[in-house]
Amino acid sequence: MSGQTLYDKLWHSHLVEERDNDCGLIYIDRQLIHEVTSPQAFEGLRIAGRQPWRVDANFAVPDHNVPTELHERSGGIAGIIDPISRLQVQTLDDNCRDFDILEFQVNDVRQGIVHVVGPEQGVTLPGMTIVCGDSHTSTHGALGALAQGIGTSEVEHVMATQCLLQQRMKNMLVRVDGALQAGVTAKDVVLAIIGEIGTAGGTHHAIEFGGEVVRALSMEGRMTICNMAIEAGARVGLIGVDEITIEYVKGRPYAPTGEEWDLAVAAWRELHSDDDAYFDRVVELRGEDIVPQVTWGTSPEMVLPVSGIIPDPATMDHAGAREATERALKYMGLTPGMAITDIQLDTVFIGSCTNSRIEDLRAAATVVEGKQVASTVKRALVVPGSGQIKQQAEEEGLDKIFIAAGMEWREPGCSMCLAMNSDKLGAGEHCASTSNRNFEGRQGFGGRTHLVSPAMAAAAAVAGHFVDVRNW
Amino acid sequence: MKSFTVLQGIVAPMDRANVDTDLIIPKQFLKSIKRSGFGPYLFDEVRYLDQGEPGQDCTNRPINADFALNQARYKHAAVLLARENFGCGSSREHAPWALEDFGFHCIIAPSFADIFFNNCFKNGILPIQLDASVVDGLFEEMYANEGYSMTVDLATQTVKTSLGQTINFEVDEFRKHCLFNGLDDIALTLESADAIRAYEQGWREKSPWLFDVIK
Repeated sequence: MSGQTLYDKLWHSHLVEERDNDCGLIYIDRQLIHEVTSPQAFEGLRIAGRQPWRVDANFAVPDHNVPTELHERSGGIAGIIDPISRLQVQTLDDNCRDFDILEFQVNDVRQGIVHVVGPEQGVTLPGMTIVCGDSHTSTHGALGALAQGIGTSEVEHVMATQCLLQQRMKNMLVRVDGALQAGVTAKDVVLAIIGEIGTAGGTHHAIEFGGEVVRALSMEGRMTICNMAIEAGARVGLIGVDEITIEYVKGRPYAPTGEEWDLAVAAWRELHSDDDAYFDRVVELRGEDIVPQVTWGTSPEMVLPVSGIIPDPATMDHAGAREATERALKYMGLTPGMAITDIQLDTVFIGSCTNSRIEDLRAAATVVEGKQVASTVKRALVVPGSGQIKQQAEEEGLDKIFIAAGMEWREPGCSMCLAMNSDKLGAGEHCASTSNRNFEGRQGFGGRTHLVSPAMAAAAAVAGHFVDVRNW
Repeated sequence: MKSFTVLQGIVAPMDRANVDTDLIIPKQFLKSIKRSGFGPYLFDEVRYLDQGEPGQDCTNRPINADFALNQARYKHAAVLLARENFGCGSSREHAPWALEDFGFHCIIAPSFADIFFNNCFKNGILPIQLDASVVDGLFEEMYANEGYSMTVDLATQTVKTSLGQTINFEVDEFRKHCLFNGLDDIALTLESADAIRAYEQGWREKSPWLFDVIK
């Protein structure tokens, strides 16, 4: 009999009841709540006259709608100009007050993007099952937690029952061995993986990321990788616990202390796949082969090395691929044969739950230090993932570097990743973005997104077009 | 939960792969704190030529005439015929809410994204996965025959086309049971409340650091 994968271990340790067809009722340790996908769930509880099963399993923070410009932000909820956004953020406050759920409110220094705040505060820990009405919940898998995005009906279900009924996933291992070249980051690794397996490559699977390259990454880099598991179709991304994980968690505000810490660490050390664990699929990449990546199309799988050229649909045999490429090129305003480095940028966005942590900001600051944003770039936003990251960056002087380079230093939130607040791309604008999705209209109606690493985005801001940051 | 038994209706196409939930319902409409009223904004960015805003009256907006759902032959469609990986991306349940509100109660595709697939069942929508070659055939028939419709019968797990073809489909037994009877998921799970409490007590003893901390 083969050993267990990390996913299997987490599944079995949370299994309340086994059901037919490889389904099970699993216990949920933590539910993260934000303003967009929760109001209908709270409303459902009220209509049915139900109470949360376990209030202390829930944690809330507004992030999607919050303004990131100080003049709008400083007024708190009342200062939010868009009345529909204001009502949604207010509704989260009201619901958390009514149901007694801990919330970091909009101007709390601990506020930020839910997937940044959870790990930062120790609200999410190794070995937990974690859900949130947001597909990028896969981020928390970097801590060795079984974390996944769910719909609003399931948000309500977890609130009311502390459980989720679901089918057991298949196991996929993506192993990246070797070492990364200087200038190549976790973002490039995950984009290369998505380019390899496709945007549906991980459907029905939990993807565990392993190998020497992944083991060598900081927690920030690991979170970047797990964050984008969903862009490969996998609800769950996972990385086994090691010393880097434990060191990261230690001392976080909601992490265990004293005797409980020792107990927890002993349990967490088991959170890795056994050497003889069976994976339904194994994908292998070499770290040395990965170069800085840039997406050119409207799906994260439409990605190329920065040295690449825009593909020609006329050379494609498969009708579906040809049509998808034609549509993407039309939307993106690009022509076959054009070099990636010839794409001119209008906007640069550094932020999102993928790349707004301190390491990301440091990488971007290193690139722009002493330089100026190109005159052709209309704006370059730097949006830290949380108030605490913002504070830390300011202590390190990163804000001054960005501002001196002509970039805007903003308040924390989801911002232009999905443009639910006022940070939007204009129609036809090309954006070098450190976010996770390049879908049509994602960053604004008609906006054209190119997904890149923070260092690549920063270099593009200075050059005005994409450049290979390895040569910076 | 809404039930699904038998559906008879016109079939309309969404003929592209990897349709993401941002395309199904763009983010500005997610600011609503309600579950209803999303139908007029379904596929907003490809259905209209202008940028839609929440609460906007869509009757006078400029229409993208090339988009299938704007064509008379697909008016009042109830079955959406789609391509690979339908519903990928964001977990927003606003996507099935918009489809259902528009009038789609069944979606047929060669594959679906996991979260979207799951969300459909919670909202009275039956997602049916069929082989890509079968879906190709359905697209061809639909394009060739104006008024092309289907009868989808959940009990017998069959799709009957208006040309007389019958296709069987698979569906998980438990999901079928819940959807057919329109059962309340939460009430069903709460039948296991004793098992949940027993698990919880054991888990608390084993992992005390997971309890009573977030408050």
